[in-house]
Amino acid sequence: MAEPAALAQRAGELAGDANTLAHNLDALAQQLALSTGQAAAHGGSPFVFELTIFVLAVFVGYYVVWRVTPALHSPLMSVTNAISSVIIVGALIAAGPPDISFAKFMGFIAVTLAAVNIFGGFIVTQRMLAMFQRKK
Amino acid sequence: MSENLSAFLYLVASICFIMALRGLSSPDSARNGNIFGIAGMAIAILTTLASPQVVSFWLIILGLLIGGAIGTYIARQIQMTALPQLVAAFHSLVGLAAVCVATAAFAAPEAYGIGVRGAIHGSSLVEMSLGLAIGAITFTGSIVAFAKLQGLVSGAPLVFAGQHFLNLAIGIAIILLIVLFTVTESAFVFTLLVLLSLAFGFLLILPIGGADMPVVISMLNSYSGWAACGIGFTLSNSLLIITGALVGSSGAILSYVMCKGMNRSIVNVILGGFGTEGGAAPSGPGVGDRLVKSGSAEDAAFIMKNAGSVIIVPGYGMAVAQAQHALREMADLLKKDGVQVRYAIHPVAGRMPGHMNVLLAEANVPYDEVAELEEINHDFAQTDVAFVIGANDVTNPAAKTDPQSPIYGMPILDVERARTVLFVKRSMASGYAGVENELFFRENTMMLFGDAKKMCEEIVKALD
Repeated sequence: MAEPAALAQRAGELAGDANTLAHNLDALAQQLALSTGQAAAHGGSPFVFELTIFVLAVFVGYYVVWRVTPALHSPLMSVTNAISSVIIVGALIAAGPPDISFAKFMGFIAVTLAAVNIFGGFIVTQRMLAMFQRKK
Repeated sequence: MSENLSAFLYLVASICFIMALRGLSSPDSARNGNIFGIAGMAIAILTTLASPQVVSFWLIILGLLIGGAIGTYIARQIQMTALPQLVAAFHSLVGLAAVCVATAAFAAPEAYGIGVRGAIHGSSLVEMSLGLAIGAITFTGSIVAFAKLQGLVSGAPLVFAGQHFLNLAIGIAIILLIVLFTVTESAFVFTLLVLLSLAFGFLLILPIGGADMPVVISMLNSYSGWAACGIGFTLSNSLLIITGALVGSSGAILSYVMCKGMNRSIVNVILGGFGTEGGAAPSGPGVGDRLVKSGSAEDAAFIMKNAGSVIIVPGYGMAVAQAQHALREMADLLKKDGVQVRYAIHPVAGRMPGHMNVLLAEANVPYDEVAELEEINHDFAQTDVAFVIGANDVTNPAAKTDPQSPIYGMPILDVERARTVLFVKRSMASGYAGVENELFFRENTMMLFGDAKKMCEEIVKALD
């Protein structure tokens, strides 16, 4: 009976194929892991990226604010107050989803508070700055 | 809108904010700067509204309308003398908004792409809890500052036994809770963190006295920036991070400038209680048995009319009495008589940085007549009259001569070098620092007792 022998041979071949496939897969996975690791090392994690932005912005703030004339320290305070309300960006996303939820309500409150600040802050700054006049 | 486009627009908004601050380097460019700020904010809001997560608009529009109407109304009605409390109130809103956004991010992290409920990314949790804690501290701290400035509670420092220990304990507890929250992500810990931070902000500002408010407001300004930063890190939003960092460093610099103006460390201010220990001093020897020369408005008018130059030194008392308009009238009449009139501003005069400059500007005093301490201090020696109105501690020579004095080392305006010093004051009471001002008893000093505004009006009458 040649049939069982052929069958056994076929099974052996198949097992061999599966083995190579597994090997290949393993190598592929290793390569993938290696390449993603490299990518991470290359671009850095998002936190490091954000930290970079943060530190640079602190430096920009430091140098820009030291150049502000002391006479305008009050408007500086009210305008920084207004722009710190840019936190409204986070609030808008919270208030944006279609369904009513606790988060959406929180977003609504934050949008309202930040809007008070944005309008109030910029208008009061404008009022102050309009008063500073040179000698006629 | 694609993610790249919105990231680009956020960058444009950030640049606008930087330009807004940059404009403040001179009064001429400042108005344009403010326009940049408004443009930046509009770009930021519109960009966010166009992002795919935002699909329902009715609540947003309602919030913008309500908030916008309230903000516009308040900003138009507010008197310039009430500016410090307005700014304090606005800070509290930023703080509360940060708390709300952090809460929303915790309740629905999917909207921000920072994980799912119960499995928020670890770093986002740290940043979220930091933004939350700083926001809550800013909120209650600013409310206390507001109440003190508005006169709702006494401006005097409120101190009790074990205060610093309690604050320290709460501070440590907050840090521990942040760690615990990061590990457990529990809603209970989150709530506890909010409550404790709220209490901390309250207790932190309570012991700080009224005249230290310039530092406190600057500090809270800084905090509101850092809170925005924390939220920015949580949401991985570079616009929030940049803006928060700008505001945070701006507030920090102002705090530093104010502390330097009082020759005190920020730690010393935060620990509070300043102006209480020396409070009993003025009733001691000196007041009763030493002679003070006091004069009338007519005397003052005569002296100033015949002077070649007058330097006016305004302080918080001028703001309280709303005397700036009457003062400017007086200065106008003097100028008409050929007297050179200038104003000298101490960095910590008033209740917020730059407070006096705004009040004088409101009364139409041209800003080139107003000088800062370093610019004008040398000129007192060549000046005929120094007219001190509503200021006290910032003119006290004891800061230069008496190492025992609580204000020793503080930079002061050298008014005593002027040929004559006119001192407008309600009474002989000591200033905020609780120190007696020996200037009152000098040969060349004349006290003008009375309300600052009335005194100026009377001098105006006498000059006419």
